[in-house]
Amino acid sequence: MHFGPVRAVDGVSLRIERGRVLALVGESGSGKSTVGRCVVRLLAPTSGTVRLAGTDVTHLSRRALRPHRREVSIVFQDPASSLDPRLSVGDIVGEPLRLLGLASSRRERETRVGDALEQVGLRRQVAQRYPHEMSGGQRQRVSIARALVSSPRLLVADEPTSALDVSVQASVLNLLADLQRDLGFACLFITHDLSAVEYLADEVAVMYLGTLVEQGSREAVFDSPSHPYTQALLSAAPLANPREQRARRRVLLSGEIPSPTAPPPGCRFHTRCPVAVERCRTEVPLLRTTALGQVACHLVADDGSGPDVRQQQPVPVGEG
Amino acid sequence: MTAQGEPVLTVRDLRVTFRTDDGPVSAVDSVSFDVRPGEVLAVVGESGCGKSVTAMSIAGLLPPSATVTGSVRLRDQELVGAPEPTLRRVRGAEVAYVFQEPMTSLNPVFTVGSQITETLRIHQKLSRKQALARAVELLALVGIPSPASRVGAYPHQFSGGMRQRVMIAMALACDPAVLVADEPTTALDVTVQAAVLDLLRDLGTRLGTAIVLITHDLGVVADIADRVLVMYAGRVVETGPTQELFDAPRHHYTLGLLGAVPTAGRRAAGGRLQEIPGLVPVLHEQPDACTFAERCPAADEQCRAGAPALEPRDTDPTTHRAACWHPADALLTKGR
Ligand SMILES: Nc1ncnc2c1ncn2[C@@H]1O[C@H](COP(=O)(O)OP(=O)(O)OP(=O)(O)O)[C@@H](O)[C@H]1O
Ligand SMILES: [Mg+2]
Repeated sequence: MHFGPVRAVDGVSLRIERGRVLALVGESGSGKSTVGRCVVRLLAPTSGTVRLAGTDVTHLSRRALRPHRREVSIVFQDPASSLDPRLSVGDIVGEPLRLLGLASSRRERETRVGDALEQVGLRRQVAQRYPHEMSGGQRQRVSIARALVSSPRLLVADEPTSALDVSVQASVLNLLADLQRDLGFACLFITHDLSAVEYLADEVAVMYLGTLVEQGSREAVFDSPSHPYTQALLSAAPLANPREQRARRRVLLSGEIPSPTAPPPGCRFHTRCPVAVERCRTEVPLLRTTALGQVACHLVADDGSGPDVRQQQPVPVGEG
Repeated sequence: MTAQGEPVLTVRDLRVTFRTDDGPVSAVDSVSFDVRPGEVLAVVGESGCGKSVTAMSIAGLLPPSATVTGSVRLRDQELVGAPEPTLRRVRGAEVAYVFQEPMTSLNPVFTVGSQITETLRIHQKLSRKQALARAVELLALVGIPSPASRVGAYPHQFSGGMRQRVMIAMALACDPAVLVADEPTTALDVTVQAAVLDLLRDLGTRLGTAIVLITHDLGVVADIADRVLVMYAGRVVETGPTQELFDAPRHHYTLGLLGAVPTAGRRAAGGRLQEIPGLVPVLHEQPDACTFAERCPAADEQCRAGAPALEPRDTDPTTHRAACWHPADALLTKGR
């Protein structure tokens, strides 16, 4: 089974294999969440398709979509605003079962809700409580329980830990890793937290201003990023280790992030790219396969070799 | 380490209690620290542990429902209990604040230039022309491109990162001795955050500004802090030079925080991220016990029977100290 290609934002194609975790990373305004919403059909793409296990679900009617609904679930960033405060936890988690007609009786629904709560490390009795009686981390567990109660084949997690404290983030990341391993669902993990990506993802896709600039295995992207933007992004994320962090060189990008509604011509990154050449200003680079993965940059050769902006513009951290 | 000389800010035994409908809430208890010129002191800890309340109590920004005791000295001047006009002067000229969300601290209907010049004219009695020239200089200092034309722009015409630079320019207008930055990069993208952190570091080096940086991001701490203050439930549980504290954390809460950060190595080694079970307590009064005991793997009767002090006592407040009855063995934790 595979999902894809998804075409969203501008010509973005992603393919998530069964049981794998694909992280979609990029900064605010890069279009990550839009892609996620197209995948779960909260938004319809203007053009392009979303395929689920081979079926094109992009333009299905609500009714025809229904059997596919249970296959894809989403967890949002902010559990406080994505959970209806008037509903009990049990009603929240049971809602997909009710809406999709997945439980034949109230009894069965309650059982499955209790099971889902236990799966995410909460007690069954929590079903009687209300979201405001719970901590941020517990609420995010409730969102995950709701997403998993229909046994989806794909979970879209849109910044699931960004609103949480580090120690709580850790427990939610551990939980997602455990559940993903035990239940085997595929996961589209949307985040700007690169350390979480390194921890959880099998594959990584990097977006910049609505386009995909690089995609590859976690090792390839983190150990030998090809696209100048990926290199800059990875070099900017501080490591929680003073010695390593201060020995690193980071790339300072000049210029402002252009507006996503009026992106620059050619390569969208050329206005901030330290190694851009004339061709980058006029010709849109296509995502091509190289020896290391996929990259959309004119300057990267087929064997994956290309400029390393971290060498071009050495700015040792600690000497501003 | 760029810090030198005598501390510019000395906080001793700071306590803050709020009156609320549910009774008193003890937000900050017995907090002491020093900051020297050119030094970056990071204050870290989870949500609700008292970081912002500590920051706001420095120059009297807390609401009237707060009772503040202890001492905050700016050079020779005591700020706790100082009259409001004194505090207002201190806030404009000697202690400046930068908050997380720049849009809420900038006035949308005035140009950034007029907002900076207003501060200058009030506190430094400059003429309109001098103030404008200084505003352009400040925008250039914080790395705003073409400052002479941008000085006439409105806040919404800047991106988030540029607005945060404008806020920093405004905070620097009167060349403050202390800059208190409360999560200044939390709302920014990492590539933008990197530039703002470089700017802050540069201020310490070039202008000798002492910086109190509040953050929950240990990567940010590792990047720019000279020293760290780890807070838990209103108290300082550990403090020390950044490198020492990361290399050999002694308090189990610090260990937990450091172990919770995901890294590639941890997953590859089949490891899990460290979780700290339980929740930060909301305290009505500070107990005579370690406030972390309920969540601590090493807690015993002693921890529940008395509050540990920062040890070793009576040393220079800038040395590595932890408030724990059973501190983690530095040798055992070295190889983490
Ligand atoms: N005005 C107030 N009235 C009552 N309680 C308050 C008030 N302001 C803060 N508190 C309480 O004081 C404690 C410390 O809050 P503070 O804002 O300093 O936390 P913080 O460490 O900055 O957290 P965060 O990381 O979420 O910003 C919390 O328990 C908070 O609820
Ligand atoms: Mg705060």
